[in-house]
Amino acid sequence: MHRTEQEQAELIKEISGVNTKKCMKCGKCSASCPAYEEMDIRPHQFVSYVQNADVKALLESKSIWKCLSCFACVERCPRDVKPAKLIEAVRLMVIRERGGNYLTPGEVPELLDEELPQQLLASAFRKYSK
Amino acid sequence: MVYSYYPGCTLKNKAQDLDRYARMSAEALGFTLEEIEEWQCCGAVYPQASDEIATKLSAVRALNDAKEKDRDLVTLCSACHHVIKRVNDDMKNVEDIRTRANNYLKLNTPYEGETKVFHFLEVLRDRIGFDAVKEKVVNPLTGRKIGAYYGCLLLRPSGVMAFDDPENPTIIEDFIRAIGAEPVVYPYRNECCGGYISLKEKALVGNLVDQVMDSAADKGAGELITACPLCLYNLKNSGTSKKLPVHYITELLAEALGLITESKTPQQATGHQACSSASCGVFDPCGSRQMDMPACPLGSLPAGIKEVGKGA
Repeated sequence: MHRTEQEQAELIKEISGVNTKKCMKCGKCSASCPAYEEMDIRPHQFVSYVQNADVKALLESKSIWKCLSCFACVERCPRDVKPAKLIEAVRLMVIRERGGNYLTPGEVPELLDEELPQQLLASAFRKYSK
Repeated sequence: MVYSYYPGCTLKNKAQDLDRYARMSAEALGFTLEEIEEWQCCGAVYPQASDEIATKLSAVRALNDAKEKDRDLVTLCSACHHVIKRVNDDMKNVEDIRTRANNYLKLNTPYEGETKVFHFLEVLRDRIGFDAVKEKVVNPLTGRKIGAYYGCLLLRPSGVMAFDDPENPTIIEDFIRAIGAEPVVYPYRNECCGGYISLKEKALVGNLVDQVMDSAADKGAGELITACPLCLYNLKNSGTSKKLPVHYITELLAEALGLITESKTPQQATGHQACSSASCGVFDPCGSRQMDMPACPLGSLPAGIKEVGKGA
């Protein structure tokens, strides 16, 4: 189903439950983010990108595969904006499309080692594929 | 006191020490962990999107099982605890999720978040009491300097997890004191180890783990303890810093309670112990879809995935 960027932005807001207008742009989310250096679009920018319906850039951003879901940004936001929920919504928008998966079962044997816990595979599949 | 107990996928395989030392310690401290029958993998990450119901159902089934037995539900793995506690909050407070999950499950009585969820450490703190734990210690770990590694999932978001102060927690330090050792407080104890990113982003995880290890070593820790199998794996296997030993909380508890008398047998050490199929859940890394491979025998997991990979 083809959606305009405005419609995609509304969908991101709906499934994330985030009110982007609450953000006061203090940057504490990005300051707290352990993956900040790896991100091309930073957590605080996700909020304004969604607010401005600049969704194409978010869908192409490598940041959605770098977020650790550590909830530091959620915990420390003074306005309770929850940037991690926006990042998750964008990631879902990508992997819910055919061909959007970031991890396939065929890749896994190469990535295994003797100590790798089941929890890692379960969580990676949940985050990276549908 | 009998608690319903949700072990989760990893405690049946790579993290058997976390599980069995918890059960042994619980008995020594006067409570029993009774495993839920036919539990299913929690999915290991909390589904944040408001339109995802299927990925929350395994947690609801576990919660409802405890409710039907009129028991509190105890977890050990940080990820299981995080998922089950947050789904329980949704079932209690988010009407849309509660309605849709119940419509799907068609339980005899709708589940509405009635079950109380405790992490094993919370049982020690809030039900047994660390003073009572200390009284049962026969082999105090005197002189050992131990850093608590909290990670993320037990603490955040604190409004729902309500585990401890999210920025300055004390529960594991209090636990360390109870078993006779000296807690070492260090800045990175509640910063992320990288979590699931370690599957595909080795460099990033290496940096994060080095920060944790360097921070703990700088403050004088001789070893770290954690409740999370993925934290333990990342801390032990990523990064280039000098490594401190990492143990599960329950391993040191059992040691202090005098329950570890022999060195591990090779079978136990490899983590490929067989278990009865009745006590094993269904491992389902793809979410709501059922795999045609049962969780047991558990050593088959990598082999099963290899077969899938070859066929793809």
